[in-house]
Amino acid sequence: MLDVILLGVAALIGLGITGALWPRLPQANVIVYGGSLIVSAVLAGAGLLDQLRPSSGAVAALSLPMGLPWVEVHFRVDLLSGFFAVLLNFAGALISLFALGYGRHDAEPRRVLPFYPAYLGMMNLVLVADDAFAFLLSWETMSIVSWLLVLANHRQEGNARAAFIYLLMASFGTLALLFAFGLLAGAEGGYSFAAMRAGTPDAWAAGFVVILALIGAGSKAGLVPLHVWLPLAHPAAPSHVSALMSGVMTKIAIYGFIRIVFDLVGAPQQWWWGGMIMCVGAISAVLGILYALMERDLKTLLAYSTVENVGIIMIGLGLSLAFRASGVPEYAALPFVAALFHALNHALFKSLLFCSAGAVLTATGVRDLERLGGLIHRMPRTAVVALVGCFAIAGLPPLNGFASEWMMFQAVFTSPSLPQPLLKLIVPLAGVALVLAAALAAACFVRLYGVLFLSRPRTAQAAAASEVEPTMTVAMGLLATLCLCLGALPALAVKLIDPLAAAIVGAGLPSGAGWLFLAPVVGELNSYSGIIVLAVMTGFGLLVVLLAHRLGTSRLRRSAPWDCGFPSSDPATQYSASSFAQPLRRVFATVVFRANETVDMPDPGETRAASFKLGLWDPAWRLIFDPCARLIGFLADRFNAMQFMTIRRYLSLMFAALIVLLFAVAATAQ
Amino acid sequence: MSPSLLGQLDYSAAHLFSAMVLLGSFAMIYQRRMVGMFNAFAFQAFALAAAAAWQAYIQEAHHLYVTAAMALLLKGLLIPFALRVIVRRLDIHRSIEVVIGIGVTMLVGIGLVALSALLVMPVTAGAAATTREDLALALSVVLIGLLIMISRRNAVTQVIGFMSMENGLILAVIGVAGMPLVVEMSVAFAVLVAFIIFGLFFFRIRERFDSLDVHYLETFRGERR
Repeated sequence: MLDVILLGVAALIGLGITGALWPRLPQANVIVYGGSLIVSAVLAGAGLLDQLRPSSGAVAALSLPMGLPWVEVHFRVDLLSGFFAVLLNFAGALISLFALGYGRHDAEPRRVLPFYPAYLGMMNLVLVADDAFAFLLSWETMSIVSWLLVLANHRQEGNARAAFIYLLMASFGTLALLFAFGLLAGAEGGYSFAAMRAGTPDAWAAGFVVILALIGAGSKAGLVPLHVWLPLAHPAAPSHVSALMSGVMTKIAIYGFIRIVFDLVGAPQQWWWGGMIMCVGAISAVLGILYALMERDLKTLLAYSTVENVGIIMIGLGLSLAFRASGVPEYAALPFVAALFHALNHALFKSLLFCSAGAVLTATGVRDLERLGGLIHRMPRTAVVALVGCFAIAGLPPLNGFASEWMMFQAVFTSPSLPQPLLKLIVPLAGVALVLAAALAAACFVRLYGVLFLSRPRTAQAAAASEVEPTMTVAMGLLATLCLCLGALPALAVKLIDPLAAAIVGAGLPSGAGWLFLAPVVGELNSYSGIIVLAVMTGFGLLVVLLAHRLGTSRLRRSAPWDCGFPSSDPATQYSASSFAQPLRRVFATVVFRANETVDMPDPGETRAASFKLGLWDPAWRLIFDPCARLIGFLADRFNAMQFMTIRRYLSLMFAALIVLLFAVAATAQ
Repeated sequence: MSPSLLGQLDYSAAHLFSAMVLLGSFAMIYQRRMVGMFNAFAFQAFALAAAAAWQAYIQEAHHLYVTAAMALLLKGLLIPFALRVIVRRLDIHRSIEVVIGIGVTMLVGIGLVALSALLVMPVTAGAAATTREDLALALSVVLIGLLIMISRRNAVTQVIGFMSMENGLILAVIGVAGMPLVVEMSVAFAVLVAFIIFGLFFFRIRERFDSLDVHYLETFRGERR
């Protein structure tokens, strides 16, 4: 498997070079995206076969004499990286298929073609890296390549700033990971993962490593408050790249987190890690979806919803860590499986939704929800697949989002078996946050779908939209089918993840659940079968339709059409995205975002226009990043004086630094 | 002479020559006139040449004689002579402006020697006594060279401080048995190159400002009002 992945990475990089050398070829688009599709599909198929083999658990390792002269580069594939490779390449293949159609509408393909396959390749390389050097190198290259992709439409207003903030946060995250690996490697400098696994760090060092991993991987995954780059950068990239960034790259970040915290830190587990991670996850889940509810931009909304889903995944991982540290690994498996299942689901439905957003963007050129509407009549196929995606992300049965969130709730119900009183308090609170996030997500995607596809078109662009080409709809259709399959037969995914849980947290799911039923904790808790729910829903739906047809009258009746409460035919009288969000905004956002509405109504007889202003206050920026930026600006101003010193003063500074360092050495050498 | 006495003589003489190089550094600190500075530098170079020759003799490393000859001819004779010519030809002000007082600089220099000893002694616990002493003295010479560069305002004295640092490096190199000649050659050439560059630099400053005081440069660049 390892050699297949490495060959795939080489092929993807080759495609990137092809894209860089011959971007003007008429077939460049087809070569690059078609090649990415084939390579990703092969990798996905090979990876899936490898994961499902009964003898899986076999670990392939390889070290190549590359990189730093005295260090070899280590690569390794185990169940964990194998699972994420399947996730990455399945989503990557389908997104490449979508890009075959979408890329044709790209204004400047030369800015995308070289980097898209390289981006896929680098994500694969992160998964197989087996030492800190290879990991950080491929991680940072992945960041830089995606930064270039964010800059693809650099002339559009705000994109350059988005890319800058992304680059800043990515460097910061990598720095945190560098420190984490440094602490894990210890004084001997064992930078291979095998050495880190074998070593046992001190309790305090391990705690620092967990916090640094949370910062480093969390900034890439988009945990609050390190999420600020995500709603800027994800929408700025072309839509197929947004799908990769939001759907897939956040999962690579989660892989990095699991690799460090569950695998490399090793034995000295402490329960407060799990509690801390759950708290961060809960805050991310609720705040992320609240942000999404306030948002008018289609792609920014989806990016904020990624923050929510990453929060949900983190709650599961935190719970699993808490169980493992408390010595009940049999309960640790359920939240772990739920978290990874949700990661897989999110990769699928978020890619689907970003692709739909791309289709809408192609058809209309508009991202603002307030200027769209009525697309269900103009883009019927996109509307159907987007509906599946919205159902899935809102956590409705029988789709995959429901199955994983249901498992997450089951895991929360097992929390009384935790020994620590504080955790017994935190877990139900995280569960409450999970419920709130799920409910708000449902509202958010009802709003999205209602405003985008239903209602009447609000602008001429929306009215003039037409369905996109078949490659795009087929790709979206495949993603939607996968969502439905995993929802109907969640055991498919759970069987894939279960051996992984056994390897990582020390125990698989206690019940050998059948293919039909998902019963994670047999005898104690509930069970769920997606296929039966699907069958019942379809059956009852057909029954209702049949009855309505049979019992309903077929007599023709003429009357004035119901005007839905809108006597005026102006589309502006409809519910808009912000009016739909108003009740939730008044309940939640007045506190969290200090939302304020000012209505300026002219007096009777005045001819000026009335206006409505909505002010939102972003706590992450106002409380954390703006003060940070001011502090850095202040310090930079002070240090500016150093740029204009005399040679003698520079020498004096060097001399002072040298003396201080020599003193430090002399003091420690005694 | 008995072998032990011979060994002691080896050690004492090596120590003496190294200490003379350090003495040269201190002599440079208290010079108030440019010509005295050149003489002190020449003295240091002679001491270095003697130290190198002695090390060549006791290590039976004949290539070190080349180093000694280079130190003697290049640094002991040629460079001080050339500097003297430059100073005379350009009619440069012959006194040295100090930034930190001479007494304070001496005290700091003594502190640096103490620091070097404290630093090198524990670090090189396993090495031969000669090497340890030599390294401690060499590090002090390097540090004092840097101190001369920052405590004097005149460009010529800064060059001298720089070359004194190089002397310290060579002192360290010759004390370690088995060091290849390539290193000394490169160091010597580096000094020569630095000398040429600084020489050119002097002419340029002189042309423009009629003085070698870098203070004028700073005013010109607008760094000082």
